[in-house]
Amino acid sequence: MAAEVVMRVWRGDSSGGAFAEYRLPAQEGEVVLDVVHRIQATQAGDLACRWNCKAGKCGSCSAEINGTPRLMCMTRMDQLPEGPVTVAPMRTFPIIRDLVTDVSFNFEVAKQVPPFAPPPRPEGGYRMAQVDIERGQEFCKCIECFMCQDVCHVIRDHEENKAHYAGPRFFIRFAELEMHPLDTNDRRELLRQREGLGLCNITKCCTEVCPEHIKITDNAIIPLKERVVDAAYDPVAWLGRTILRRRKASPNEAAAHGR
Amino acid sequence: MSVEGATITPVRLGGVRGGPAARTLRRDRWWVQPAISAVVLTAFVVYSTWAVFVNKDYYVGAAAHRDLISPFFSPCITASCVAGAHGTFLVITWWHITPALLILGGPLGFRLTCYYYRRAYYRAFWQSPPACAVADAHTRYTGETRFPLIFQNIHRYFFYIGLIFNVILTIDAVMAFRLPGDGGIGVSVGTLVLVVNAVLLWTYSLSCHAARHLCGGHVDAFSKHPVRHRLWRLLTPLNARHMQFAWVSLVFVALTDLYVRLVASGAFTDPKIF
Repeated sequence: MAAEVVMRVWRGDSSGGAFAEYRLPAQEGEVVLDVVHRIQATQAGDLACRWNCKAGKCGSCSAEINGTPRLMCMTRMDQLPEGPVTVAPMRTFPIIRDLVTDVSFNFEVAKQVPPFAPPPRPEGGYRMAQVDIERGQEFCKCIECFMCQDVCHVIRDHEENKAHYAGPRFFIRFAELEMHPLDTNDRRELLRQREGLGLCNITKCCTEVCPEHIKITDNAIIPLKERVVDAAYDPVAWLGRTILRRRKASPNEAAAHGR
Repeated sequence: MSVEGATITPVRLGGVRGGPAARTLRRDRWWVQPAISAVVLTAFVVYSTWAVFVNKDYYVGAAAHRDLISPFFSPCITASCVAGAHGTFLVITWWHITPALLILGGPLGFRLTCYYYRRAYYRAFWQSPPACAVADAHTRYTGETRFPLIFQNIHRYFFYIGLIFNVILTIDAVMAFRLPGDGGIGVSVGTLVLVVNAVLLWTYSLSCHAARHLCGGHVDAFSKHPVRHRLWRLLTPLNARHMQFAWVSLVFVALTDLYVRLVASGAFTDPKIF
């Protein structure tokens, strides 16, 4: 272990900024957040960073460590390569100060997701088998660190797409609802026309950075894309629906349930 | 169906991004993976194009006591196919250029629209993005929402076509157990090559995301569809290895063609095992 830690932390706000270099004695077993806290305590009391649980479960301390979105509290210093460690704010979201970004874009998108719409409650209550809820449980592990949103090039490199792109975090929410056996809404046309599912070109970066190891692309986005194909691009599926008269709530009805 | 006029909350945009303007701050060798993808895919395209247009040495027939056909040329359905290579059910007489061109659209379309290959070539060639957290090489991006990339959505139809080819190549592998004029049935290295090729193509097809959706992924209530649920559970672990199957089957199909080509050209004799 090196005797000294060199950390280059982004300091600045919406008017601009630059990396500031801090040198500290190395301590065994530290994570990046520990070092940031030591910088705050000893060298830069005004360094802004968002954190809460220090256990990888609150999703607050997302940052770009050596250029890759990671949770500061789950990134061990001894597992980073030799040399200065670079810590920058998430690039996709507007900066507030230093390492703190304004992630309210995500909360605005969240309002667009038509909520769970079960059928009228039957006598004796709803009953579900374990096999029916297993798929959706994976998506419930999301801690909303928004690193998948940050790394997704659709909005990371193309700000204009934010107006019509929900992003990976919300695609897993859509998938959770679409796959729910008791849900009656049909969100597929909404996904296709308004939420930008077609903008995703499945490069799997969201899956790579997910700290909860949710298989976002394989288990949520691609299944949603296939469901959208069922609804919009597959004439055989359309014929099957027409003959069998299968219908969920219309997209308008589904969207109207959103706030 | 339309969602025009639906009352959904618009997303407020604005604010100034922070952090450095650099293309990436990554210090690892992020370019290695897209570079390897680009090299392997380019090598495959160059080799297969050459193999298709050279239009010879794709079949080892009775004269060599074998029945081996290259996967690039199977099914050989034109009258111009070398003697013994084509089937009897369908023989097209009006096609005069290389017979492989007539059939390669199916497997090619299946691979081109495959969810895994899309990731590979979007990264390797289109640089959109070249790697995670490395800036996109393009200033404008519309994804798969417009022509021509909107046609990626017909992947499932290419999956069906791919299954037909898998059946044909499986029949080829079974027929390769015949050693004409050499004692009926036996096994040669060529037989094993065709069998492994067919098995790899099946694993690639069955691990496909469209297959996983069509066999049961589209179902919401698995408890009401136990057969589909069982199929879905069967394909899910295969699907997790789709990338590996995609690469191995791609390379092996070229190696199979190369093996048949070398035997057919007389470079060496296909060794008989028993």
